[in-house]
This record gives sequence, C-alpha cells and structure tokens, in this order.
Amino acid sequence: MTTAALPDVARDDATLRAFLHGLPGVDKVGAEARAATLATRSIKTTSKRWAIDMAISMIDLTTLEGADTAGKVRNLCAKARRPDPADASAPQVAAVCVYGDMVQTAVAALTGTGIQVAAVATAFPSGRASLAVKLADTKDAVAAGADEIDMVIDRGAFLSGRYLQVYDEIVAVKQACGPAHLKVILETGELATYDNVRRAAWLAMLAGGDFIKTSTGKINPAATAPVLLVMLEAVRDFRSTTGRVIGVKPAGGIRTSKDAIKQLVLVNETVGDEWLTPRLFRIGASTLLNDLLQQRQKLTTGHYSGPDYVTLD
Amino acid sequence: MTSERRAFAYAPAPESRALVDIKPSYGLFVGGEFVDPADGTSFKTISPSSEEVLAEVAEAGPADVDRAVRAARRAFTGPWGRMRAAERAKYVFRLARLIQERARELAVLETLDNGKPIRESRDVDVPTAAAHFFYHAGWADKLAYAGLGPDPKPIGVAGQVIPWNFPLLMLSWKIAPALAAGNTVVLKPAETTPLTALLFAELCQQADLPPGVVNIVTGAGATGQALVEHPDVDKVAFTGSTDVGKAIARAIAGTDKRVTLELGGKAANIVFDDAPIDQAVEGIVNGIFFNQGHVCCAGSRLLVQESVYDEVLDSLRRRLGTLRLGDPMDKNTDIGAINSLAQLQRIRELTDAGEADGAERWSPPCELPEQGFWFPPTVFTGVGQSSRIAQEEIFGPVLSVLTFRTPDEAVAKANNTPYGLSAGVWTEKGSRILWMASKLRAGVVWANTFNRFDPTSPFGGYKESGFGREGGRQGMAAYLRSTDA
Repeated sequence: MTTAALPDVARDDATLRAFLHGLPGVDKVGAEARAATLATRSIKTTSKRWAIDMAISMIDLTTLEGADTAGKVRNLCAKARRPDPADASAPQVAAVCVYGDMVQTAVAALTGTGIQVAAVATAFPSGRASLAVKLADTKDAVAAGADEIDMVIDRGAFLSGRYLQVYDEIVAVKQACGPAHLKVILETGELATYDNVRRAAWLAMLAGGDFIKTSTGKINPAATAPVLLVMLEAVRDFRSTTGRVIGVKPAGGIRTSKDAIKQLVLVNETVGDEWLTPRLFRIGASTLLNDLLQQRQKLTTGHYSGPDYVTLD
Repeated sequence: MTSERRAFAYAPAPESRALVDIKPSYGLFVGGEFVDPADGTSFKTISPSSEEVLAEVAEAGPADVDRAVRAARRAFTGPWGRMRAAERAKYVFRLARLIQERARELAVLETLDNGKPIRESRDVDVPTAAAHFFYHAGWADKLAYAGLGPDPKPIGVAGQVIPWNFPLLMLSWKIAPALAAGNTVVLKPAETTPLTALLFAELCQQADLPPGVVNIVTGAGATGQALVEHPDVDKVAFTGSTDVGKAIARAIAGTDKRVTLELGGKAANIVFDDAPIDQAVEGIVNGIFFNQGHVCCAGSRLLVQESVYDEVLDSLRRRLGTLRLGDPMDKNTDIGAINSLAQLQRIRELTDAGEADGAERWSPPCELPEQGFWFPPTVFTGVGQSSRIAQEEIFGPVLSVLTFRTPDEAVAKANNTPYGLSAGVWTEKGSRILWMASKLRAGVVWANTFNRFDPTSPFGGYKESGFGREGGRQGMAAYLRSTDA
C-alpha cells in the first residue's frame, strides 16, 4: 500500500469490487494464531490498574432491549456518570448507547457530563428497511440530540456483492448524521470470512464512517479477538494509505475484565497506543462494567467483594 | 522494545523461579540411579540471561559412557526386551503424563538453563515434548503397521546426542520413538543445557521405568564422541551442526551402526505478491525470531517478490518494533537470551561479515540487558546470494532479505544452498503451493505458516541438512529392523 491518496475507487461497482478484492487476503489460521498469542500477555499490577480504568472510560454502556423504559435508561445514565458509588475515582464511561426513542431521555440525564449519547439507527439490528426509512431513523435520532449514530450495513447486499449499494447507503447515512459521529456496524458474525471482514471494514472507511464496529450484539459470534485484529489492521493500513484516522468499536460478548484487557493489548500491539483513547476505541458492553469495577475494587482493597457490592444499573 | 515511555507499559510479570528445585550438583543417570563419574570431573551450567551459575554437572568420560552403554544393553536383553509391547506402551504414556503434570517445573527450568522466553517453553517446548511421548506411546503395540513387515524388531542400544536449542523437545524426539520401538538409550544432552534432561531422569524414576532403559550422560564433545564411537552402540541419532554430523558419519563408517543425522539449515521463507501479508509478516517473525533464531529449520532467508518488497519490509520493521526483548522469565518476553557466549560470538562474526559484504543492517530500537548474552533482532537487506549471511547458518536472530521476480527464480534461489531442511511458501494460490512444494529440495515445506511441529509429521533434511526422518511412521523406521526381507 502506498501512502498516496486513493483514487476514486467508488466511482462504479466494478472499480470498487476490484479494489476490495485486491486487498491482501487474510489467512484464517495465521490470524487466529496471532490473536491467541497476544491473548497470553500477562497484564499485572500497575498496568492492570491502568488498563481497567482505560477500559471503563472506553465503554459505550448499552441497553438495547424491547423492554427498555425511560426509567431503565435514566438508571443506566446514572451508572454511566458514577459507575462506582463508593469510589469517586472510578472514571465515567464514554457513552450511553440506546435505541432512537430513548435518546431524549438519555440526553436529559447526561447533559453537562461530557458523556456522549449514541443511538442505534438504520433499522437496527437487521438493517432490513428501505433507505428512506433508514435515513429517517437516523435523522430522528440526531434531531433528538444523539451525538453518535451506530448504523448497520446491509449484509444482504454485501454478501451478494453489491458493494456500491452498501457504500452509497453509508454515504447517505453519514450525510444524514450532520455533526453526529458515525459508527458503522459490520455485523462480522454474518460476514463468514476474515476476507469479508477486511473488505467491509475498508468499504465503511472509504464511505466516510468515523468508527467501524464489529457487531450489533444480537448475533453470535460477535467481537472475537481475530475479528478485532483484522479490523485494527484495516484502520492501521487505511491511515497509512489516506492519512485518515478511524476508530474501532468491538461490541458483543465482551463480559470480563480479562476480555477487555486482551482487547487493549490487541490495540496496543497492532495499531499502537495512539488508539488507546475513548476518542478512537470504544467497547460496546453492558455487563462488562461491573466486572471491571469488581476487579478495580480488588486492586484497591486486596480482596474480591461480590456482585452485591456493585450496582445493577 | 522502544525505550520511550509508552502509555500501556506492561508491568513485569515474572514466572516464579521457586517452582523448580535446582540441586547444587548433578551426577550421571546410569542404570536407573544418579551416580558420580568415574574420574570425578564436572562443569558448570549457567543461565545465559544472567550468567548466574545454576549447578555443577558431572562430565562423563569414556569409562562412564561405557558403564551407561552396558546398563542400556542389560536392560535391552533383560526386562525391557522381554516386555510385551502393550506394557511398554504404558511406560511411554506414563512419561507423557508426567511431562504434563510437571510442565510448569520443566518450563521454568528450560528457560533458566537455555535463555528462551518462558512463553515459548511453556506454550511450545513442553507441550510438544509431551505430545511426542503420547504419539509414540501409541506406536508401541502397533509396530506391525509401520510398513516394515509383520513383526519389526528394535535395533538395540541407541546412542543419542542432542543440541541446546530445544533441550527437552529434542530429548523427546529421540527417546520417545526409541522406547516405543523397544530400544534402550544413552542420551547426551548439550553441555550448556543439561538440566531438563536430568529432571527427565527423575521422571523416569517416578515412572518406575526399568533401570537402564534410559541413561543420561552429561558432558561436552568428547563425551558425545565416546558415545557414538562406543562399539556396543547399535544406532546413533544426532541433531546438531553439519560439521559434527560429518565427523560422526566418518567415525562410524565401516561399522554396522545405523545412523540418522538432523543437521543445519538455511531455510528460504518465500513470500509471493498474492500472500496474506499480515500473516506472512507474522510467519517471517516466527520463522527467524522464534527461540532467538536458534532453530535448525529457521526461515533465515526471506525471499520476497519484488512487487511487494516495500510493503512487506515496512510491515516487518513496524512489527519488529513491538517485539519485547528481555528477562526470559517474564511472561511477556518475546526474545530471550542467546544461549552461550560462544554462540553470541559466532553471530557477531557472521553479522560483521554481512556488513563487510555490503548488506544493509537494521535493528529496531532496542536496549540490551547488561548481564548475559544478548543480540538484537536484526534484518539485513540488499543481501547478495553470494554473501556469507545468505549461505552460512547463523543460528541467531538474523534475517537476510533477498528478492525474486518469478516463481522459477524463487525456486532456484531457495534451492541454491548446501542445506535442505525446510522452506516456507506464502501465497493465496493453492496450485502454486503444490508446484513449489514439488520443486523445493527441503524436507519440510510449510504453506502459509512456519515452524509448526507435530509428532505425526516426519521431519528431516536433504543434502547437508542430514538424513533420516523423525516423527510419524517414517520416524519409527529409524528405530526398527524390518522383517520384510
């Protein structure tokens, strides 16, 4: 990859296809072996403490249930502001992530905190709606005050090779976002191969996404280590090609502090510690926060407490 | 490896040294017990990362070697030779399980004595050693299916001499097939790394292995020479340098000793322009910087297609910047110590010769510890085929980069070496992998991977890399007499 800017690779379907299929392949065995080796890094004492606080500050604290209510969202926002009521030194999280109709509630609860409100949009999680509906969904969330939009790509179009359609949709959603940041969910669990993950990542970055995100959290597998590795390699290569810096958000299935710290190690050793900031790396999670808080308490007090010593939400 | 302060600096994470008891001194393991050498000499084994003396180890002279060979002969004609194959298998399985049970102890001892990172001894050396015993244990009562006739017989007493780069793993490559086939052994570990072999001797005691089935004589070259030249040794197995291999071949010429030699290498790791680049870079790193490059099948020559040269080299340099060199006992260390001062001096001599030949030398920013033997990961570009660093085995963390334009040229350059142990091919094109594998004169050809070892797969060389195979059905043949004829 040269450092020269890319030519207009999305000018037509054939050019875009040729570009995406010309990216170096991903060897499955090798990628998984690399991710497994990095998972053996032993993060202890001071570096563990640092990593736990960094991970907390990167969380997009998420509730995406049909049963969500304003009360549930307000509780989550309170937790986001003050994750550990007993310890004010615990950092606040990066964002709260909700469905579009809960944005107003979240905005009201978080005004002045610096915590971002993220909304899933574009017929999340399946993405099966017309472009007009997806754009209306996006504009509605932005109008309600969302700082960030988490969109889903049309996996059906991607898997049938209609890359330009996927590209055009992302461009249109980005435009509908206005000042809001756009995270593009690839739903890697439905893309089947690492080659596809790499292509979808490049497609999202070329189309103007500010972040690429692994998953909706509604599909298994979600944010596996090799998928994250491939996406980190993509943002690294995209930066050296275009100069643009893109963020990465693994989401789904990250439940323990160990999982989170392994992901920070992947970031550190793949793209470098420049990405170790909530501006460029987020972790989409709900239960993870409490495990991080318990580990944090353990490092402070020297013993484990238990699930009743952290708040449910 | 960069020395400037990083946001996410990993705190030290040392494995506990207290996991293993190192005795102040060790005798020879002969006839099932530790004995003093006949003439009482000894040598020190040190930790190459700190130069600390770990233990005094007995140096076996000719009389000691003779005693060990006689013990092995008695076991062969006695209990071991008479034992039913299924019973023999149980002992080999037991050794496999004991290696697993005492894996942490073995890993710590290997890292202390050898200098390799604990991550490698823990995740590669010890589990692979156990795998070799498990695999070969299964052969013991199935020798009729080895393709050597209905009832192949063991050869007798095997004299085995192993190197310092994978002390326990090379021991398992030697002892496991020998025992499974019904032989008895006298093994000489390398003089710089005798400790895991001596701990393995304790495992033999713990397994109640009949006395004399496994004997371990420690010492340097003279001990090894006495062993391979001993008239009552029926089979010689050696892994080490090509020079010593040639000397062994000369020494046993005219005798009826059987021999397998696994010698040096100068493997080509060949990267085509359609390779999965990120994984190829990992494969290059794993090929030459695994175990500090102390690997006979190391991918010490990178052959990269000119059309992706810049991309591959940029990625490689960036990746080398993330390697962590230092205390081998730290669980996050990627590059440990060079095994000995003598080896360090050889690496220095050859790298100096590379510079003198006009190749360009590069290493990532890297602080070397003051104590111990260390050499930074080093890449030479602009290396001519005629340069010493493209021809001679360096056996250190030094990569020579050469380029090619066409597949034919890649094959020609890869084969243009007196060695032929291994090679790697990186391409997404399956047909090219098969074509390359048929053209490369190397005992092992890895496709889109490197330095993968499995007991079911035969390993061995062409040309000056030696002869005979270890592992798989082919490896069993080295320890059996065919009953076909």
